[in-house]
Amino acid sequence: MKRVLKPVPLAAIASTAALVALLAYGVVQNEPNRSIDEAVASGQRPNAPALELPRLDAPGRLSLASLRGRVVVLNFWASWCIPCRQESPLLERWQHRIAAAGGTILGVDVLDLTTDARAFVHRYRLTYPMVRDGPGRRLAAFGVLGYPETLLIDRRGHVAATNRGPVTESYLQRALLPLLREHA
Amino acid sequence: MRAREEGRRWSVRRRYDAAKSTFSTTRLVALLATALTLASAPAAAAAARCPRTTLGDVEDEVMCTVCGVPLNLATDAPQAARERAFIVALIRQCRTKSQIKQALVDQYGERVLALPKAKGFGLGAYVVPVVGFLIAAALVGAAAVRWRRRRPDRRASQPAAESPIEPGASARLEADLQRYDL
Repeated sequence: MKRVLKPVPLAAIASTAALVALLAYGVVQNEPNRSIDEAVASGQRPNAPALELPRLDAPGRLSLASLRGRVVVLNFWASWCIPCRQESPLLERWQHRIAAAGGTILGVDVLDLTTDARAFVHRYRLTYPMVRDGPGRRLAAFGVLGYPETLLIDRRGHVAATNRGPVTESYLQRALLPLLREHA
Repeated sequence: MRAREEGRRWSVRRRYDAAKSTFSTTRLVALLATALTLASAPAAAAAARCPRTTLGDVEDEVMCTVCGVPLNLATDAPQAARERAFIVALIRQCRTKSQIKQALVDQYGERVLALPKAKGFGLGAYVVPVVGFLIAAALVGAAAVRWRRRRPDRRASQPAAESPIEPGASARLEADLQRYDL
């Protein structure tokens, strides 16, 4: 039987292919999830990825699933993020406004020092629930690339809207108020 | 006579007061020096025990988690500035480099380490360069062996027609050489 390839070129091709595969795996692993934005843009409401993290403002853990039945404004922020400083007081005002209507803001502090995050919460007198994702493990699942970013999750746990940047008063009125009127 | 006696007494008293004052000042200075020595002894001992960790030591081994580059290259990022301040605070608390790195991992997870831990996918960072080097060395070695084997074959297989001198010119050259025989 005739040999198709000699061992040396075969080894070279195999090692190059292995390196390319490893590189591709690394790139895919770090690639942010764009599927949520694409689904929302096409009018769908995809299931919100699972989220269960230690609380920043209290002992214990808090999961997104435990807030099912409420409209959740899921806000990713960090104490070093300058736009977050302008956004947080607005979110705090909205927390008081939506709590009675079955809504809540849920802050997710990411890539931050615990002490800095707690000082931020204290400084801006934020009372809405806060969880902490120091290593930023859940960022890719929610397609978070910058800070702040906000996702609106309906009462059934589906992502209804995404806002890649700081939210504004008009955005919350336009996107959040209709969700609060929906039933579970 | 009485006045003289009074003067002598006054002089003795003055000397006694001066001596007493000098003694109390000396004693005060000695006490202060002792107190200072005692106070600074634990600080000096602590300084001697404190590891000589510097920001530069740690900076090039950890990442700016937001920028995705080593911390020493992330000069303007606000997150990098906070990370740096955290490291400096830990250095002031006499923490060793490994303790500081562990504290950073506790805050930011293992992605803060410039070199990943040698387990799971992170193991690739250590294994791939070694395997790559071994494969490259094996390829170079194999290519060298093949090249050495081919060289004598090529020399043997070189045709005579490849001679740069034409047959007619060769005869002329031979005749010329005989004419100018030295």
